[in-house]
Amino acid sequence: MTTQTRDAPAGADKIVIPVTGMTCAACEARVQRTLSKTPGVVDASVNLMMGNATVSFDPSATTPETLVERIRATGYGADVPVADRSAFEEQEARDRAQLDEFRELKTKAITSGIIGVIAMVASMPLMAAASHQAHGVVADPFMRWVMTSLTPMLRGALPWVYAIPTTVLSYSLLALTLGTMAWAGRHFYTRAWASFRHHAADMNTLIAVGTGAAFIYSSIATVAPGFFTSHGVEPDVYYEAVVIIIALILTGNAFEARAKRQTATALRALARLQPKTARVVRDESEVDVSIDQVRRGDVVVVRPGERIPVDGEVISGRSAVDESMLTGESMPVEKDVGKRVIGATINGTGAFRYRATTLGADSVLAQIVKLMRDAQGSRAPIQKLADRVSAIFVPVVISIAVATFVVWFVALHAGGTVAGAAVVRAFSAAVSVLIIACPCAMGLAVPTAVMVSSGKGAELGILIKGGAALQRAGDLTTVVLDKTGTVTEGKPMVTDVIQAAELSLSRDEMISLVASLERSSEHPLADAVVRHARDNGVVLTPPASFQSVTGQGATGVVAGRKVAVGNQALMADAAVSVSSLSSVAERLSAEGKTIMYVAVDDRLAGLVAVADPIKPTSRAAIARLHAMGLEVVMLTGDNQRTADAVAREAGVDRVIAGMLPEAKVSEVARLQQEGRVVAMVGDGINDGAAIARSDLGFAIATGTDVAVEAADVALMRGDLGGVVQAIQLSRRTMRTMKQNLFWAFVYNVVGIPVAAGALYPFFGILLSPILASAAMAFSSVSVVSNSLRLRRFKPA
Amino acid sequence: MHLISPSDWLVIAAGFAAVLWVNWYFFFAERSAATASSGLTGRQEVTIVVRGGYDPATIRVQAGRPVRLVFDRQETSGCSEEIVFPDFNIRRFLPANERTVIELTPANPGTYEFTCGMSMLHGRVVAE
Repeated sequence: MTTQTRDAPAGADKIVIPVTGMTCAACEARVQRTLSKTPGVVDASVNLMMGNATVSFDPSATTPETLVERIRATGYGADVPVADRSAFEEQEARDRAQLDEFRELKTKAITSGIIGVIAMVASMPLMAAASHQAHGVVADPFMRWVMTSLTPMLRGALPWVYAIPTTVLSYSLLALTLGTMAWAGRHFYTRAWASFRHHAADMNTLIAVGTGAAFIYSSIATVAPGFFTSHGVEPDVYYEAVVIIIALILTGNAFEARAKRQTATALRALARLQPKTARVVRDESEVDVSIDQVRRGDVVVVRPGERIPVDGEVISGRSAVDESMLTGESMPVEKDVGKRVIGATINGTGAFRYRATTLGADSVLAQIVKLMRDAQGSRAPIQKLADRVSAIFVPVVISIAVATFVVWFVALHAGGTVAGAAVVRAFSAAVSVLIIACPCAMGLAVPTAVMVSSGKGAELGILIKGGAALQRAGDLTTVVLDKTGTVTEGKPMVTDVIQAAELSLSRDEMISLVASLERSSEHPLADAVVRHARDNGVVLTPPASFQSVTGQGATGVVAGRKVAVGNQALMADAAVSVSSLSSVAERLSAEGKTIMYVAVDDRLAGLVAVADPIKPTSRAAIARLHAMGLEVVMLTGDNQRTADAVAREAGVDRVIAGMLPEAKVSEVARLQQEGRVVAMVGDGINDGAAIARSDLGFAIATGTDVAVEAADVALMRGDLGGVVQAIQLSRRTMRTMKQNLFWAFVYNVVGIPVAAGALYPFFGILLSPILASAAMAFSSVSVVSNSLRLRRFKPA
Repeated sequence: MHLISPSDWLVIAAGFAAVLWVNWYFFFAERSAATASSGLTGRQEVTIVVRGGYDPATIRVQAGRPVRLVFDRQETSGCSEEIVFPDFNIRRFLPANERTVIELTPANPGTYEFTCGMSMLHGRVVAE
């Protein structure tokens, strides 16, 4: 960890150096003394507990490295603090680097393209003069064809070019090409050399060897044409080819850099959501502070239309908040006292204050960004083959190029061609092989798809933790749903209030009595009744007495009346007959509802039915899972009757009731043994083990903890639609990966033999190095572009 | 139809030798290796220069203890902009001309490969 803050004395830098091995106050003092005595140190404070040293120093007099050396000299461990970048900072650094790269490549590509055209023009008179004197013609067959076609035009437009002596032209071309290589193409050669020293080879190696060989060949033809003519061959040159190859590859790289930048748009958009400042209450007044100065427990003030700066819990006011950027939920979410708000979401028209809870790396936004970054860092198993090929690719291609040269030379020479002409042909084919081979397309095929797809997922509120999860999601056969909180709301609600004929209490009166009594209870069913009363504006009065009867209900006195709320057993104990409502109760139970009878002054007043309603989106989502050919199973700890009722309503084809959490794990295992690929969907609280056991665990995020450890996919939104979308997105991504790999392989598998001249004996087709470079330049662009199409994914 | 002449044989032999050399050089030649230094504090640390490859490319460490790898990327080549440790699910961006720390703990003895983002440059951590 390091902080280079500006509050150090003027001109001084402040740095926090982690120090290890300090065990006592004496150690602390020793490090402190050493640092203070170091020239250039303005102030040093060593903290034993934190295990670090905070040093203000004059950067012109000393360096962090020196400080670390001094600490190490005392016998303790220290490291130069390397910025522990947050995901945001890393993304920013990457963006900057990629943007710089793109700009530089663009400039170089355009400039070398212009030089390429000039080189072509300058080569045309050489070609025309070739029959008269031996000072180099154009060796690339494609270029020769292009230039021959353009000659009449050039003669008309720039006749003076033909008046320049050919020697001048040749040497000018040599200089121009050398200049282009040294400037625009410089990095190909320096990087190739750096790799070579490490016994490694990459794309740069191929380009450097290919263009370098062509250039050296051409220079010899220019400087010592006699060497060629004495061997009976025209001293052809490849200058314009070298320049145009460099220009084309740079163009391809520039497009690639831009496309690669686009693969991270979603992550970048998320990182940009992070507000920079927050308005907090300090000393009873509202002040704007930078986001990293917000402390846990601070009261944050949010005005209409503002972005919510950090995560927290509302303490006053109310509003609707747009959370779509994080959850994919398009409808604004109502927020009032006690509700959680998420940093980076946008407040609607209300105003409210809230208490900051999770900050920094623990915030929801940071967790999402981290999950995405981890996902993008993972490898999909499908990539293994590509990796294996990439690792040996370049040396193998160089070997093929050498073999190409040998075969061509020997075949032509033995076939009667003069040695010199055989060399030219063999050389051109070998260079084409080097230039057309493209390892980058293979390396980009899978990671770019993972990048784009995880970004798209995050936009939809689906966080897929990596390539392996994406791949498994494509193979699913069975989706197991936990009932409570997944298919249903997970919160019991009052569904029916029925009054008995015995007592003429109004509906509100009855609810008021029940809710007033139940307010003292902690039972979830009681909570449902209290919420129901509050939502309907029923006035509650504190009960005079309250007694909870375990397993049965509660009794007490409210507003002078004796109230009992509970099951049939409680009523029986109070000698209250429920027979007048038994048929209604029967029907409601059959619908999976829980019945609470209400007795007032020992007479039946009515009943309240409570159920955990299914989410409005569950039915449609389950229907879509079926339509996608997936089997849907619902597991629940509830009784069979409730489970059946929910299953009927939600349209699930199989339901298993009365399951303890352990039983859920074994049910998942059993399905897997039957050969199914099982996804388990739950809230990750009591079904964590089953989620971990499944092939693909989905956790519906609750609260501020996004990263449910055991799950492979975290859903930011509470509805099952996310499961459907995640599976659709994964299937689509797998298709993209397969297409990419197919094209990258086929491109090389077809391109290299064609460049080597495999088609020549049959069709007389020989690829010019220029066409090879164009193909190479655009092969990786096409792979990245194909991955970018995933950005347009729309869940069906 | 001419017969294969001595000069052809020469080209064939030279080509064969070149192919052998290329494959030996890139696949079998000895690479730089280093053992992580562990100071008094017991933290194992190695600085790896990233420039067209990894130097050192083989890092020997003790298994079961945390390792701090400082990647000092001294170039802007896009090829080395990412570092990947597939066994640890790490893929990190290495900013050009900066040091980036990767911390990991190889639990068991073994060889853990690391590569660039496109699996072209290779290094390994050998835990003993």
